[in-house]
Amino acid sequence: MREQQEGSRAVARVVARCRPAVVPAYPITPQTHIVEGLGLMVRAGELSPCRFLTVESEFAAMSAAIGASAVGTRTYTATASQGLLYMAEPLFNASGLGLPIVLTVANRAIGAPINIWNDHSDAMSMRDCGWVQLYAIDNQHAVDLHVQAFALAERISVPVMVCVDGFVLTHASEPIDVPDQDVVDAVLPDIRPRQRLDPAEPVTIGAMVGPEAFTEVRYLAQLDLLRALSEFPAVVAQLGAHTGREVGPVTRFGPESARTVVIALGSVCGTIRAVLEDGVDTDGVDGDGLGDVALLALTMYRPFPSAAIRAAVGDAERVIVLERAFAPGAGGIVTADVRGALTGRDLPLHTVVAGLGGRPITEAALRELFARARRDDLPDVQFLDLDERSVHAARTSGASS
Amino acid sequence: MFQIRFHGRGGQGVVTAAELCAAAAFDGGHETLAFPSFGSERTGAPVTAFCRVDDRPILTREPVVRPDLVVVQDATLLHHVAVFSGLADGGTVVINTGRPLGDLGLDELAGTHRVECVPATELARRHTGRPVPNACLLGALAAVADVVAMPALEQAIGERFPGAVAAGNIAACRAAYELVRREAVLGA
Repeated sequence: MREQQEGSRAVARVVARCRPAVVPAYPITPQTHIVEGLGLMVRAGELSPCRFLTVESEFAAMSAAIGASAVGTRTYTATASQGLLYMAEPLFNASGLGLPIVLTVANRAIGAPINIWNDHSDAMSMRDCGWVQLYAIDNQHAVDLHVQAFALAERISVPVMVCVDGFVLTHASEPIDVPDQDVVDAVLPDIRPRQRLDPAEPVTIGAMVGPEAFTEVRYLAQLDLLRALSEFPAVVAQLGAHTGREVGPVTRFGPESARTVVIALGSVCGTIRAVLEDGVDTDGVDGDGLGDVALLALTMYRPFPSAAIRAAVGDAERVIVLERAFAPGAGGIVTADVRGALTGRDLPLHTVVAGLGGRPITEAALRELFARARRDDLPDVQFLDLDERSVHAARTSGASS
Repeated sequence: MFQIRFHGRGGQGVVTAAELCAAAAFDGGHETLAFPSFGSERTGAPVTAFCRVDDRPILTREPVVRPDLVVVQDATLLHHVAVFSGLADGGTVVINTGRPLGDLGLDELAGTHRVECVPATELARRHTGRPVPNACLLGALAAVADVVAMPALEQAIGERFPGAVAAGNIAACRAAYELVRREAVLGA
């Protein structure tokens, strides 16, 4: 049943229905409402049995999650921004050990300068930590992704990060259906860990591996992670059979014939869709050339769904990758992956860095962007809505000091 | 799509106002989206929140730049924040103030737009014992905007706050609703 509720609240409720047995938590904006919600449910006995552990840092939160997951319990935590960076070391251990932990990242910029608002710099900085990464388009999608994340993680023994745009989604209130307990239970059976620490049957996990086998361990982890490409659509379909909602790894919106394809992740996909739908008026008249643009919404970023993207780009003649983060000194992060996926295709690929540190991505800016694309007037890399004057002023004063 | 922008200060329940507005509109069968635009979260700092109401799913996530209705929860913001920026032609403004429009320098705006002044802080203090004007202003909003009905608003407030707090806020909300309705009748 759809109810008006805050995104964070809905995420906390759906996580509770996934029945995690251990939730180690440390607060950080804009994630805090999620673990607060879970803490209240544990205290009220609505989520039971569950141990809610207040720990002293994000490093400790992920370390405790590793311990809990290693003994075979379903484990969840959430963080953002600097908190995710502070988790960096145990994140790699969680994936290296094949532990099916689910982590929500309420995406937020990274300092300095300090900034609490939304972009994807945090999750993108951890793109190679060996976790599955899923990005939510809206809050309904965020809720569904959490059920899918636990199911996927436990099927392939790989941890899953669900990325939800901080503030834009976490603090937005909208009608959201949190799947009923029986639906969640049907999609998510009791956890059956691939291996677990048990004093009755002692094993060692995470022992030192030398040069004779490290390559093979990494190769096997890669195979496990790549299984997400086929297993994720399966869990999406399984939940979708109950909810009627299915958003796969790559979703294309817009006309088949579109010659420009925009690739994006997260909540900006909604604003792009609004622009594309408004562009073609009810008479089917396409005044702004927006009928020539389609959106590829990337839900799955790791593993990277190269084949699905290649197929979804189809016969497009131009690709724009709209990125909520960038690689300093290099350029677009997602663009590099898309370029790899489109190897052999001779078509222009443009990076648009947008919405850093919470700057709103406006419909007006997107319209202008698509109009420039139509005129073949896009640079290889651009920062959307860059204030050239303040950049110039800063550079001039820097030169004189 | 009907778009509302709330301006106020941290501690005045600005974000809650947008959420309650959305909850009431959703109860009325509409699609809704409410979200805040925080500065740093601290008491007294300017806060903006948005509420969209439509009859089809709301896709866009951009802040409301062309509001049909602006609610100003704190009149001291009038000359510091561009609260009327992008206000639609024929749009409506609800201001928390007990002062006449002329004192606020808003005569010109009142010539082109519907402007409703409600002494919401006073009404809130009278009915709740606290100077938090948000629920009260929502009553004024319900009096001028079709997307929110009073029964749904009262229910949303009742679900959001515990017993006595809810009752006081509902009373303040009703008082503002009736005040604006009465003035509309007298003015007509």
